[in-house]
Amino acid sequence: MTNLLEVRNLTVEFRLEKGVVRAVDDVSFTLKRGETLGIVGESGSGKSVTSLAVMRLIPNPPGRIAGGEIIFDGKNLLDATEKEMRRIRGKRIAMIFQDPMSSLNPVLTIGRQITESLKLHMDMGGRAAELRATELLDLVGIPSAKKRLKEFPHEFSGGMRQRVMIAMALACNPELLIADEPTTALDVTIQAQILELIGQLQKELGTAVIMITHDLGVVAGMADRLLVMYAGRVVEDAPTEPLFADPRMPYTMGLLNSIPRLDERKGAELVPIPGLPPDLTRLGKECPFHPRCRFAVKGVCDVTVPPLRQVAEEHKAACLFNVDELKAADANRSAALMDLVP
Amino acid sequence: MTAVSDTSAATRSPRKKSRLAKTLSLMRKKPLGAIGGVIILVFCLVALFAPWLAPFDPLKIDSSNLLTPPNASNWFGTDEFGRDILSRLIWGARISLFVGLSAVLLGTTTGSVLGLISGYFGGKLDSLIQRVMDTLMAFPMLVLALAMVAALGSSVRNVIIALAVVIMPNAARVIRSSALTVREKPFVEAAHNLGLSTWRILFRHVLPNCVAPFIILATAGLGSAILSEASLSFLGLGTPPPEPSWGAMLSGKTQRYMTEAPWLAIFPGLAITLVVFGFNFLGDALRDILDPKLRSR
Repeated sequence: MTNLLEVRNLTVEFRLEKGVVRAVDDVSFTLKRGETLGIVGESGSGKSVTSLAVMRLIPNPPGRIAGGEIIFDGKNLLDATEKEMRRIRGKRIAMIFQDPMSSLNPVLTIGRQITESLKLHMDMGGRAAELRATELLDLVGIPSAKKRLKEFPHEFSGGMRQRVMIAMALACNPELLIADEPTTALDVTIQAQILELIGQLQKELGTAVIMITHDLGVVAGMADRLLVMYAGRVVEDAPTEPLFADPRMPYTMGLLNSIPRLDERKGAELVPIPGLPPDLTRLGKECPFHPRCRFAVKGVCDVTVPPLRQVAEEHKAACLFNVDELKAADANRSAALMDLVP
Repeated sequence: MTAVSDTSAATRSPRKKSRLAKTLSLMRKKPLGAIGGVIILVFCLVALFAPWLAPFDPLKIDSSNLLTPPNASNWFGTDEFGRDILSRLIWGARISLFVGLSAVLLGTTTGSVLGLISGYFGGKLDSLIQRVMDTLMAFPMLVLALAMVAALGSSVRNVIIALAVVIMPNAARVIRSSALTVREKPFVEAAHNLGLSTWRILFRHVLPNCVAPFIILATAGLGSAILSEASLSFLGLGTPPPEPSWGAMLSGKTQRYMTEAPWLAIFPGLAITLVVFGFNFLGDALRDILDPKLRSR
């Protein structure tokens, strides 16, 4: 299979009063047709900015794409004109947003909002677009679709609105669907439904999906590959299973440790990652994670930027150390600590 | 039993309430607004059917009938040229409403478009537009209108233009602030993501979200526009004579005969007052209805 999307060394900067922020720093990844890529990271790690950069929708000023390439289906999007981009947005690359409550225009009917891109991109007339819109609402599981086309967003529940957003995104059969935290604003039960719907539609339509989330649980069952981002950089890149089974970057390990597990004994404590993400304006030549890393070594981690290096087949991680050694050292250290307890 | 059937009816068709029923229930909630609406409706009908309603020719001079007090044939009396005041008021409604409506429509529309562009694009364009509006706002409304009519010459068209320019800055301000909030809404970003062009987003997604303040501005502005037209005519710079304009009917000789023939002033004054009240009541009610924060569900 060929690569549908190839992002190479993407760097996005924002010029703020207190300095230049590199929100996305040297990010590279590839996505094949029909594949699902999960991008995981906490708030401010650059995952949403990466997706906006792919759509070329970084607000400029203050932001700008400072370097890199975004190759979509053989064409570098950074060289495309605004007009060409408009023909790609919504038609070939579509997006679902986090908050379905405010991502729909409150004063336009659902029907008008779905048919708008159909009329624009697919040259459909009013009737054809309406038929297709009904079909789409059926597809995403909204009952009595025809009637609901005439309703306004406030007449839909949160989950239903997210279904409408998905219907809008899928209207023109896009090759790539970017879902930016599509379930964050929804109830857990609705979350599962929406994820299942996205997965099922992806299988039916063969769309490639980039699933952006801060919740590893969301992508665990869906993504083929995972990209873990921290402070604007990719810190680990691996197929989903090896990443969960054998994480090679302390940050990923921390993320996995901070998820509650059903098979754990009652009363077991969650292990949080201490501290906060770094201030991106003050990031120097250092591992951005070292202040929060329990394995950090003074004089090494705070003076070198760890490169993203191959640690196993198809598995890259940005840590200077071999994690197995670190774990061994960690075990020794806790043994040493145990000795101190009277 | 009745309670049960009531609830089932309510759950079955909460949206099926007809437009008429909705209007009636709104009128019950906003009696003042309803009164305003009725007044406006009556005046509009009077203006529309003036040729059929007016008992006399409003321009016909009758030297045998000067300054007659209200009587059976001239209900509101006659003026110093023997012209029937009722007929002049009826024809005057046409001019007052026409000037008021066109001025408000022109002023609010241009102001809204400027405000929309100003708020949505921001930056230098925003500063430029807003400074021009500030300058216009610095003048008292009537003085600016007077100066413009004096410069352009007094005709119905120029009065409309002058009033529109006076109304414009207000609309530009209000719509700008709406546009500022709306442009940050996620659905605008979503529209960009659908590949829509900026102008399409501006007029199809942002503008409809500013319709409520537009309607409120327009209705509330109508009252003051009609009042300003009357003031301009009163000062002799509005609708040129002998056209029957309410403001003009109050000026000139009227002031000299005020004590002997008060009907000359009372009836046009009453007409102006009624229309302005009507529009203000209606405007207030519309604001309450259209502002979701004040709406009671």
